[in-house]
Amino acid sequence: MKKNAAGSRFVLSRWRKETSAGMAAAMSDSHRRFLQIIMCHGIMEGSQARAVHQHCCQAYGTQHTRSLDEFVDTINSQLQPLFMQIRKGMSEDEGLQYYALVNVADTDVTKMSSDYAANELELFRKTMDLIVDSENGTASSTDILNCADSLQTSKMKKKETEQVLSRLVQDKWLNEKHGEYTLSTRSIMEMEQYIRNTYQDLVKSCAICHNIAFQSQMCSNQSCGVKIHIPCAARYYKGRADPRCPKCSEFWSHEIPDMQTSSQATALNPRASTKDNAAPAASGSQSRRSR
Amino acid sequence: MFPNKSIEMVMEEEEDVSFTQPSSSQVQRGLDRLTPAQVDQKVAEVVQFILIKDQKKLPMKRADIVKHVIKEYKNIYPEIMKRVNMKFEKVFGLKLVEIDAKNHAYILVNKLEQDPQQPDLMSSGHPKTGLLFVILSVIFMKGGVVKESVVWNVLKKLRVDQGEKHEEFGDVKKLVTEEFVRQRYLEYIRIPHTEPQEHEFRWGLRAEKEVSKVKMLEFVGQLHAQDPQVWTKQYKEARAAEGERGQL
Repeated sequence: MKKNAAGSRFVLSRWRKETSAGMAAAMSDSHRRFLQIIMCHGIMEGSQARAVHQHCCQAYGTQHTRSLDEFVDTINSQLQPLFMQIRKGMSEDEGLQYYALVNVADTDVTKMSSDYAANELELFRKTMDLIVDSENGTASSTDILNCADSLQTSKMKKKETEQVLSRLVQDKWLNEKHGEYTLSTRSIMEMEQYIRNTYQDLVKSCAICHNIAFQSQMCSNQSCGVKIHIPCAARYYKGRADPRCPKCSEFWSHEIPDMQTSSQATALNPRASTKDNAAPAASGSQSRRSR
Repeated sequence: MFPNKSIEMVMEEEEDVSFTQPSSSQVQRGLDRLTPAQVDQKVAEVVQFILIKDQKKLPMKRADIVKHVIKEYKNIYPEIMKRVNMKFEKVFGLKLVEIDAKNHAYILVNKLEQDPQQPDLMSSGHPKTGLLFVILSVIFMKGGVVKESVVWNVLKKLRVDQGEKHEEFGDVKKLVTEEFVRQRYLEYIRIPHTEPQEHEFRWGLRAEKEVSKVKMLEFVGQLHAQDPQVWTKQYKEARAAEGERGQL
């Protein structure tokens, strides 16, 4: 499955592919059931999606011969006129593959607006501001609490803010670790268009996979400023004794984490697998986990 | 836990006064004036609106749909809704069902054959649905209506106390008597002439439409390691209800 740049371009190229290729397979109850389930969850991890695919085919009597991607393509051809798509994405922390049902035409945090009050949405947007501004794609709970005190809609006290944050994590819009908040894979996939429209040049794409990058490493060359997702860096620099920035060739000084290269992960990023050279195992410092 | 009260209150006050259904000739004239793309766009917007509203499991009023989405396309409302229904069935396997003919309120129900692995309610994986399922099964096994004290006692045995704040569910009484009722899964009716006030629980309209009583009986049967047919009365009722649901 091709991985393209900005989400909208990805969708457009798939639209063209669909219409030029003629009729996709017909929708069956197994497709509908899969769609219902992914709609309920919002987002599903790759292995879970495959299990659901298998279950739906068995439950509704469809032959489970086709790949998940073809199965999803069929659903997407029907979702296209409704401005919705099932997209594939990658989690920024672990590099795992995810499937999410997203609205293509969104220009705001629409999907959340029925579940959250106006000031809660404002808090979420402020948190996003902090994350965009940060170097490593995180916002501390302290900083978020400070924002809560100066909301324009209506201020929030500490206890209320903590509860809203907890809900946001539970609903899979934010991740939390040791008091630091990051944007979840679901948020990034759902709101890609909104994020790009709102922040424009403030948001950078990963130099390897070309998706928006928050939790990432940055080139130490100030005038270069290229960002690479941590899992993308793990794959791209795996086994390299002398990692270099793909753009300016400056030495890549960050710790390269040691990650399992699963076949699914490489499928998302064909470039990395071709550039991986067969260099002998790197010295100890290379394979040390970052953080 | 923090319901968007102001929006909800406004929605509840909407009345369907200004809207009368256009005639079929009016609809045709309206369609002739628009491009197919315009109509498709509007259909897509209505579908999205309904899906978002349905996330909260609250019934949606026709007045809301007209006011907030259809707007100036009011004159082709029947055609839009016809296509919206087709989309829901063909793409999602869902169906818009009117639960209140007077106020024109709708819910989305699952039209697909019951998923053999998970009864409909369980698919969201939310702990609340498990709790609801237990309550529904109690009501069902007791013949369709129970005094609230029966439900509270059952829950207490499961360490869910309506008097205490629960780790997962928070204010249990509020969840059961307000949220589940608002979503039309349960009915919480005052028993007249009771002092102190007592209430009884019944299945709500959404539960009637969405939950398979046959599945429920199987679930209860598994719990008690019994064949569902042992409970003859409930079994007959379940089979009858299944037939009715199939005609949706």
